[in-house]
Amino acid sequence: MAGKTRFLLPVGVFAVIVVFLGIGLTLDPRKVPSPLVDKPAPGFTLPRLDDPAVTMSPAELQGKVWLLNVWASWCVSCRAEHEVLKQLAARDLVPIIGLNYKDQSDAARQWLRQLGDPYAASVVDAEGRTGIDWGVYGVPETFVIDRRGVIRYKHIGPVSGADLDEKIIPIIRRLVEEKA
Amino acid sequence: MTPRWVVIALLLCSLPLQARIEALQFEDARQEQRYRNLIAELRCLVCQNQNLADSNAELAQDLRQQTYEMIRKGASDDEIVDYMVKRYGDFVLYRPPVKTNTALLWIGPFVLLGAGLVTLIVFARRRGRAAAATLDDAERERVRRLLDDEKESVS
Repeated sequence: MAGKTRFLLPVGVFAVIVVFLGIGLTLDPRKVPSPLVDKPAPGFTLPRLDDPAVTMSPAELQGKVWLLNVWASWCVSCRAEHEVLKQLAARDLVPIIGLNYKDQSDAARQWLRQLGDPYAASVVDAEGRTGIDWGVYGVPETFVIDRRGVIRYKHIGPVSGADLDEKIIPIIRRLVEEKA
Repeated sequence: MTPRWVVIALLLCSLPLQARIEALQFEDARQEQRYRNLIAELRCLVCQNQNLADSNAELAQDLRQQTYEMIRKGASDDEIVDYMVKRYGDFVLYRPPVKTNTALLWIGPFVLLGAGLVTLIVFARRRGRAAAATLDDAERERVRRLLDDEKESVS
């Protein structure tokens, strides 16, 4: 009896450690859940990238499902994401609004000219203030906002083709069917 | 040839410049202390094992600036912490509040300590009992004889 438990105890402890470390391996510590999901999207009034004399605010999109994509020309993984966003834009499901985060507007405009522009509009957040309000900490980030102006989903890091098909598009379809 | 006093004067001018990268003006020492406490308690989301004070990430610089401006505008410590938590979640706090989803974090170490103590006590007791039980009467007799022999040979 004593011999058996002596054998079982370290094995049991080992199994518990394996389970915890196993769970740990599946988690990405860089992905911090946002407290803003299911909360009203923070407001902003920012100049448009294509015409800084005109400002834009989320209130104009009330009643629509839309995406806010935080991007910058200095952001390397945004380049990879850009192709995916263009695919999404081509399907014409929802407007994608770009938040050009802490960028040089000239470089940003150049970037869109070269790589194509999937955005219905991009707004300029030169100092990153709006970014802070939206809890942005790693560019790129993508938010899905429903008809009532509530953030329903947040994707941290570049959106891959699989993310688009398996997560973002199903969420968009569901939200489009919801009533305002 | 530049006179020596000019060189010395210029060197003296440069001293305050190299003193600090972020030169912030506070109304009093208490305000500065509050700023230092806050940026030590708030965690940077980019380099996750550093606080705002230690991190050089751009976001940390922006959040330090935000903290500074809020202090200057008269916000209380709670208001500033609340502002950060609303945007970035409990993750920004190095001392997260006790909630159902942080309970394991707070209670976990004590559970482990308790489990360790129980294991220690169980082992210690079992070992004590095992040691007492291993000698039967014949063995005791043998031990006594051996010890007696030892005594005789010494004396």
